[in-house]
Amino acid sequence: MQLISRIAGTALLCALLPLSMPAMADDGGKGLTIAKERKVRDEGWKDSEGRTTMILRNAQGEESVREIRTLALEVANDGDKGLTIFDEPKDVRGTAFLNHSFVGKPDDQWLYLPSLKRVKRIASRNKSGPFMASEFAYEDLSSFELEKFKFTWLRDEPLNGTPMFVVEQVPNDPFSGYSKSIVWLDQKDYLPHKIEFYDRKSALLKTLTLTDYKLYLEKFWRPHTLKMVNHQTGKSTDLLLKEIQFGKGRTDADFDTNALQRSR
Amino acid sequence: MPILIPMHYNVAADKMIAAVAAMAARMTTPAVAAVALCLGLAGLPAQADWREQVKLDSTLGTELRWFPQTGLQGQAASHWSANALFEWYWQSDDEKSSWVISPYLRFDAQDSERHLLDIRQAYWLQVGDGWEFKLGVDKVFWGVTESVHLVDIINQTDWVDAPDGESKFGQPLAQLTLSGDWGSLQSFVLPYFRERNYAGEDGRLRLPLPVWQDAAQYQSSAEQHHVDYALRYSRQIEQLDIALSYFDGTSREPVLQPVGLQGGTAGLIPYYRQLRQTGLELQYIVDSWIWKLEAVDQQYQHGSHQAAVAGFEYTSVGVLDSVFDLGWLAEYQYDSRGAQATTVAQRDLFVGWRLAFNDEAGSELLFGMVQDLQDGSSRNGVLEASMRLDNNIRVRLDAWWFHTNDPVQLTWWYRQDDFIQVGFDYFF
Repeated sequence: MQLISRIAGTALLCALLPLSMPAMADDGGKGLTIAKERKVRDEGWKDSEGRTTMILRNAQGEESVREIRTLALEVANDGDKGLTIFDEPKDVRGTAFLNHSFVGKPDDQWLYLPSLKRVKRIASRNKSGPFMASEFAYEDLSSFELEKFKFTWLRDEPLNGTPMFVVEQVPNDPFSGYSKSIVWLDQKDYLPHKIEFYDRKSALLKTLTLTDYKLYLEKFWRPHTLKMVNHQTGKSTDLLLKEIQFGKGRTDADFDTNALQRSR
Repeated sequence: MPILIPMHYNVAADKMIAAVAAMAARMTTPAVAAVALCLGLAGLPAQADWREQVKLDSTLGTELRWFPQTGLQGQAASHWSANALFEWYWQSDDEKSSWVISPYLRFDAQDSERHLLDIRQAYWLQVGDGWEFKLGVDKVFWGVTESVHLVDIINQTDWVDAPDGESKFGQPLAQLTLSGDWGSLQSFVLPYFRERNYAGEDGRLRLPLPVWQDAAQYQSSAEQHHVDYALRYSRQIEQLDIALSYFDGTSREPVLQPVGLQGGTAGLIPYYRQLRQTGLELQYIVDSWIWKLEAVDQQYQHGSHQAAVAGFEYTSVGVLDSVFDLGWLAEYQYDSRGAQATTVAQRDLFVGWRLAFNDEAGSELLFGMVQDLQDGSSRNGVLEASMRLDNNIRVRLDAWWFHTNDPVQLTWWYRQDDFIQVGFDYFF
């Protein structure tokens, strides 16, 4: 039953998408131009390696902490590759998640289970599920690619005194958990400072704020504090980037399943 | 061999010492040699501070099994065991060299055959451009299916640990892996054989006669020192994963030969035959479906047989507007030997559900059931549930049950061995 309703739901969504297109504001291609500029300005970082603390907070304000390390490899003209290693909670330490993201087709994903020494390929079609029980979905953490969205510029407005572009992103992936997201990008560096996510019923689901941007290699800005608040559950997650390094000279070989088995 | 034994156990010291002595006797010499080798090699880089780069992860566990019925041979209804796993790990700054030493220790209050001191891992690993070489003791997993692991053959099964057979002993090996656009090729030389363990006379989940492991016999005159070889080629082609494997060596599964039935003490002697196994693994991903197949052809000196398992895993994310993920599993198990098979997976259907709560405690639930399609009375099932109590402790609740009216079935001997198990694992 669940399966049938899901397939039916997807078919319905696919059927509705083209119909809703003409209803979108015609921005003369400005939304796409802004998104392209955002993408271009972040090209050439090659590879990075970071340590992140995640703080999960429930509606009562109780916190729990996760520690992860993330290796990333930039892939020109396609989605990036990422390797995430879990350090805490301790019962999942050594578990690692390898992701090869693509545009126009589902990502390739593998999970490494250290107790069985097993690499398990996982079905990646649906990325709307939570990442480590946090308010971040897998799709929130995947690399930004132009082909994943339809962009519409909505307006310019200041956010905390900084002039911003406000751009609507409608996901092309029918398996996305969102009907749309609205992004506030600053007009100087084209960096996202706030993103509102709307669920499939078009209700406001979550708000992400990105702060503490720091500049690396004189070109690449990275936010060190990301706060995701779920308006429907009252839960929130802080993602705190503790340390990030670029240019370690990593290659595809550091992001294959052999490397996944070696990851520590 | 200085093994650190944490005295956190609440066990009388003399009992503990006797247990450790029994475990030490089971340690394999190659394992010790491999450890010594790794320790020796680790000193080679002559870095003053390499010791500071050694990481230690430890896990202490305890399990209480409760069997509602006493055993067929009158064994106790409750069984308690404790275990410890340590892992020392070192990696060079350039990430090209690393070593791991990981001893595992188990103590069982009722069944001395479950005492164990095993080296799960103790190896040196060197990684280059398109190759990696490993020497020592390690655990290697092959396969894609969930209900049985047919192609997985490198390691011996720690059979008394859990009925699912997923616990493995460390295997002494030399492994060379080559990889490129053409796929990945693993080749193994396995210079030493580990014998399978069986529950003792006071243990549950045992056969009607005791298995005399010390009297094990081999087809090869080299016995445990027979050198086995194995190869596995694997490749990903878009949504398809394919792997072909070949193994030539001592069968991990013995034939159990009854002796002393005419008089004297009766028992079962394991006989390890030489085996040539060819294995195939296929996995195909379509949206949220993963289709899986494992098949093996096993050639012995006298006779051969084939076995296969095929099925799917379907994952439904966010069921019923919740954050839960529900996985549906179904696998058909086939063995050409039929009723003569040494496994329960002959013509059986496995169905299972895996529920991930995606909550802060990482709660998970797995329910699985195997139904024999030729004998309606034969089925067995498992329930596995676990959750985190805090950052360092996970609690597990497992239940197993076995049912058959057919004395030919292996599980006939387990028919009073349904059990519930509570386990705690402390990670630090």
